[in-house]
Amino acid sequence: MRTLKFLLQKEFRQIFRDPAIIRILFVMPLVQLMILPRAADYEVKNIKLSVVDHDHSTYSRQLVSKITASGYFILNNYTGSYKEAMLEVEKDHADLILEIPASFEKNVVKEDEGTLFMAVNAINGTKANLGAAYLRSIIQDFNREVRMKWVQFPRFDPEMNLQVTSSNWFNPSLNYRYFMVPGILVVLVTMVGAFLTSLNIVKEKEIGTIEQINVTPIHKYHFILGKLIPFWVLGMVVLSLGLILARFAYNVIPEGSLLTIYVFAAVYLLAVLGLGLLLSTYTANQQQAMLLSFFIMMVFILLGGLYTSIESMPAWAQVVVKFNPVAYFVEVMRMVILKGSSLGDIKQQLLIVFGFAVLLNGWAILSYKKRA
Amino acid sequence: MKQFLSFVKKEFYHIGRDRRTLFILLGMPIMQIIIFGFALTNEVKNSKIAILDNAQDVASSDIRSQLDASRYFDVVMEMHSYKEMEAAFKKGKIKLAVVFPQQFNSDLQHFNTAQIQLVADASDPNVATTLTNYATAVIMDYQDRVTNGRKLPYTIKTEMRMLYNPQLKGAYSFVPGVMAMVLMLVCTMMTAITVVREKETGTMEIMLVSPVRPMKIVTAKAVPYLLLSMINIASILLLSVFVLDVPINGSLLLLIAESILFILTSLALGLLISSSTDSQQTAMFISLTGLFLPTVMLSGFMFPIENMPLPLRILSNAVPSKWYYDIVKSVMIKGLGISAIWKETLILAGMTLFLLALAIKKFKIRLA
Repeated sequence: MRTLKFLLQKEFRQIFRDPAIIRILFVMPLVQLMILPRAADYEVKNIKLSVVDHDHSTYSRQLVSKITASGYFILNNYTGSYKEAMLEVEKDHADLILEIPASFEKNVVKEDEGTLFMAVNAINGTKANLGAAYLRSIIQDFNREVRMKWVQFPRFDPEMNLQVTSSNWFNPSLNYRYFMVPGILVVLVTMVGAFLTSLNIVKEKEIGTIEQINVTPIHKYHFILGKLIPFWVLGMVVLSLGLILARFAYNVIPEGSLLTIYVFAAVYLLAVLGLGLLLSTYTANQQQAMLLSFFIMMVFILLGGLYTSIESMPAWAQVVVKFNPVAYFVEVMRMVILKGSSLGDIKQQLLIVFGFAVLLNGWAILSYKKRA
Repeated sequence: MKQFLSFVKKEFYHIGRDRRTLFILLGMPIMQIIIFGFALTNEVKNSKIAILDNAQDVASSDIRSQLDASRYFDVVMEMHSYKEMEAAFKKGKIKLAVVFPQQFNSDLQHFNTAQIQLVADASDPNVATTLTNYATAVIMDYQDRVTNGRKLPYTIKTEMRMLYNPQLKGAYSFVPGVMAMVLMLVCTMMTAITVVREKETGTMEIMLVSPVRPMKIVTAKAVPYLLLSMINIASILLLSVFVLDVPINGSLLLLIAESILFILTSLALGLLISSSTDSQQTAMFISLTGLFLPTVMLSGFMFPIENMPLPLRILSNAVPSKWYYDIVKSVMIKGLGISAIWKETLILAGMTLFLLALAIKKFKIRLA
């Protein structure tokens, strides 16, 4: 016990005397949390529209002003030639072209059917899809207005009419930041845990101080606990800082209890630290450790459901995700913070992550040798 | 020249003998392409939904089976109350619930109108919007079929064309992004760290007392990474053409020339970082927060720049990878020539010269 106390003292001193680590611990999370959620806005809005109007009719003008009034679209230019509009798309000035053919109004009124043409820059598939869907729903609305003007519908509607109403639970204002902030908190905690532990131990290897420890009577588990505990504490501190910042900068207030978050984070950090330990036992210098942990973190974070939903991944990727602790924490954070899920709701995830913690730490302790 | 070549040779030995690092450096882009290409999609499909059917009649079960048949939805649960529904949402078991009111069918028969309520888990706003749209479309399809698709008067139809990427494949937007990311990583981070490592382990001192010009030492360090990045570019392009079916629509030569320009920018950045730091951890920290994150966040590859607040939009112009990303997108996907991207190219070249000049100026030939 006394050995452990001295080791902890040493580790904490070492950490707090290294200005680089202090920066990594406190500045990086702060900067990331301040910038990332503001940058990571997938909401599709401000779609730049190019209108090619061959008709110049009342309808075409009405339609265009209806589209611009919707708030989703910004009219980039209004021209008479498709070629010109296409040039705008090539220069990335426009995302969507709406072509109104000549005698469009006449066709709608006289022939009962007019056709509009849309061309969407589909390099970004999501944006193209949603943009086209918005535009189509505006056109449908416009269509309804036109029809109402011409047809006197009887009071009793002869057509079958299903009304669909929708409500958005847990985030009624559809605020994208509420979705991103809990996920980014996970990334921060994970980076601190995995990067710093692996780098810390490998640094002792690289500059040779690990040999000094190896020749002392310190037990293996003393050494490992001495490395784990400080970074576990730091991880919890970073999480707390992040939660405070999330509250004041983004007004993200957890619906569920803070206790649930901390209980899960405590177990999760053990798993991540175990990963860091394991990485350090398999690498020889900081460059390797950094690259390897960077590589693994990248895979974990990309496959963690932070940006894209796990359900839409192919089956093999979903199997891989089952072994990804980051995915569980991202899911749990969103559940607890946004939906107010309780400890009972996340029991399964908690048990799985606990399993990871036992496995990774056990493996790390077994493969760490007190030999050079 | 001979001196220089022997230094380059030394660096190659350095890299070649560290198998693990080499493996990661060459494997990283391949892994990224596989993940981005096959695992990550914004497409929503097979979403788990629940039905709260208070009616239990012909019409509601018809619509239910329509929803189940669509590739977007999997009906996984039958609900009996709102309370049960909320619990399922909280456990994360469903993304959307469809609620039929009592007497759904009889309302339809007698009044020709009835209501369906969709409740979405909006903790992921985009998925919620998309699912609501899809479910509405399925229900409208059902309505059209029941009314026999009778043609209404005064109809406005829309015809749509998806430009550049008719199948809406995610690969078209991420291949250029992965190229920018990998080059930034390999060139900037690795160069910075190898130079600093020599400082940290003390071998820099040995080299600085040799008669070789210090600038040559550092340039020699950059050469192997230039070569490595060329290999990486080749593997990314080969994978994207042959595995992901993303074509190179523009000139390959132009694409490669622009890539070399960007590699030079990244190397210059790496040298600048290495000459202003002393420890590997600091170099890594700067590379990660100062370069890697902006590359991912502000180049427009992961997140749309036009949605960002003004300060970030201005800042994004200072990120070299943003310009490279635009160039690759124009040349590779849109198939445009140099006339469309000369401005971006000039900006990138200007940045390179500026960074190189700064790196040379800051390079210390004396140790502290």
